[in-house]
Amino acid sequence: MQGLKQSIITSLWFMFLTFPIMVVRVNTIENTVEWRWMNLAYVGVGIFILSFVWRWALARKEAKQYETETTDKPKKQLWLSRAMEEPAVAKPALAAIFALSVAMPFLVSTYQTNIFISFLLYVILGLGLNIIVGVAGLLFLGHAAFYAIGAYSYALLNHYFGIGFWVALPLGGILACLGGILLAFPVLRLRGDYLAIVTLGFGEIIRLVLENWSDLTGGPSGISNIDRPGLFGMELSVADANVYIYYIVLALAIITMIAVQRLKNSRIGRALQALREDEIACQAMGIDRVNVKVMAFGLGTAWAGFAGVIFAAKTTFINPASFTFMESAIILSIVVLGGMGSNLGVILGSAFLVLMPEYLRAFSEYRMILFAAAMVLMMVFRPQGLIAPKGRKYHVDDPDLIKEGDA
Amino acid sequence: MSTVLNVKALSKSFGGLRALNDVDLQVNSGEIAALIGPNGAGKTTFFNCITGIYEPTDGDVFFTPLGATECRVNGMKPNSVTELGMARTFQNIRLFKNMTVLENVMVARHCRTKAGILDALLRPPHVKREEKENIEKSYELLKYIGLNKHYNDLACNLPYGDQRRLEIARAMATEPSLLLLDEPAAGMNPQETASLKELVLDIRDKFNLAILLIEHDMSMVMSLSERIYVMEYGCLISQGTPEEVSKDPQVIKAYLGEESHA
Repeated sequence: MQGLKQSIITSLWFMFLTFPIMVVRVNTIENTVEWRWMNLAYVGVGIFILSFVWRWALARKEAKQYETETTDKPKKQLWLSRAMEEPAVAKPALAAIFALSVAMPFLVSTYQTNIFISFLLYVILGLGLNIIVGVAGLLFLGHAAFYAIGAYSYALLNHYFGIGFWVALPLGGILACLGGILLAFPVLRLRGDYLAIVTLGFGEIIRLVLENWSDLTGGPSGISNIDRPGLFGMELSVADANVYIYYIVLALAIITMIAVQRLKNSRIGRALQALREDEIACQAMGIDRVNVKVMAFGLGTAWAGFAGVIFAAKTTFINPASFTFMESAIILSIVVLGGMGSNLGVILGSAFLVLMPEYLRAFSEYRMILFAAAMVLMMVFRPQGLIAPKGRKYHVDDPDLIKEGDA
Repeated sequence: MSTVLNVKALSKSFGGLRALNDVDLQVNSGEIAALIGPNGAGKTTFFNCITGIYEPTDGDVFFTPLGATECRVNGMKPNSVTELGMARTFQNIRLFKNMTVLENVMVARHCRTKAGILDALLRPPHVKREEKENIEKSYELLKYIGLNKHYNDLACNLPYGDQRRLEIARAMATEPSLLLLDEPAAGMNPQETASLKELVLDIRDKFNLAILLIEHDMSMVMSLSERIYVMEYGCLISQGTPEEVSKDPQVIKAYLGEESHA
């Protein structure tokens, strides 16, 4: 009964809120007002039903939480992360995904290949940011700036000195890494919100410099006619070049995944995690805070530099509009949505945030509404992200331990 | 018997507040010393000053690691002090909560291992060996402290007493010559306190360490320590063996108040 009352109130409230946009339509040509009362009924009934679903989902979540707190049963993981732990499932699945991604450009159109290039670019960007945000726990809102540093270093070097893609690729990464290290020093003492504000500011500074230094960067009109990557001096058609770039970005994405995974499970990675958990204890355990923070920034931003070089080579034209704060926000959303600190999560997150809008163009009018709804649902039901990161399990051979377990 | 820690006229001011005032303190090798005093006496500030978390306003801290020469540690960064061989635990537990028990200990071996970024990416054989050795040594420590069954559990899921023990294991992993324990028995029940007492004694004998502890549990302090320092309002008011200190009228006054009140 209580629930019924609540649902009626909720649906009335939503009817009131959506009244101006769903019911009233002003026809400016005929100067008439159209009243679409049917829409009001739809909203009312829809919300009434949805509110029951909502309450049921909340109750289920709480019941689950209670169960895991009271019993010693290990927490149930998402079926996907469970499947990835099973080698019999994970290995063939990975092989299939790899084969599919290699064959991809021959199966789909150039347009589709393009979408997948940008998807993989976001995977690289997300994995880089994951080191800073997910592993080291530093809230970082200026990732697009380092994406821009990578892109512009290739564009400028190519424009002024004719330097090719393969030379620029490592250079872009190194420059972005240096930029990250330079940014790390002034923000060493900052944490949380304060760090987020400074990095956001840094991102805007880079964009504004690019926009206003017209003599060098061409200002808002950007730099065009950037060379595509060369393949032993062969001239490739646009479609072939696209396929070629697809393979480059696929290779880099795989390298990034392996590298980030290895870093996370190394001495350095553990130090970064310790920094996230407790800064004072981390220092008291012999870890140099300055060193580790600088490393986190450098390691995270280098990947954005690589991605930037590829982006410039793919579009052959860049301008500052590609590197706004919105870009940083999307990359951060990928990391948060996917699950902070989880690499598989980053891939799922970018699939969700980059591929979905492309394939759901039919609903593009409602994109922001869906986006917001997804975020709200995430925060309520899975605040840890799609794939919750889990501590690495180590294996220790200890005969005593097994004996104790048996007894 | 040589001196491991030699603190001379240590003072620390926070603005106008003098948290530590001319504190002298020595800890000899192989000795268990205790620092006691009422709440707010400046005991934890003292720990923070000698481990480099705070920089002392005045005075000197000399530290002599096992088999090394004496060096002055004030103003050094906390990680360098730890690297020299001074390890500590915290009053309010500061474990790396979302890392596993084994990882907590492995992190503490950071300054005793070397692998850098390139090593992590390429994993050459010597790095794999170092990693394996790190896991084994950390696991040995967990076994010694009795937490090896939980080595793959998250640190935050351990019971309270075990979290305190894990903090000690983590401090031991830095291979110290002086171990600083900040209220290790706080919040423990009598059985846990008793087993902790045995652990502290055993650590001293097995690893040949000097131990300085802050503790409020008087029975533990009196039975464990060979020397006791008493602080009140940032000043050292008494020192000596447990018997001497427990008879010192100034100490009784500090703990029980003025005689007219008693």
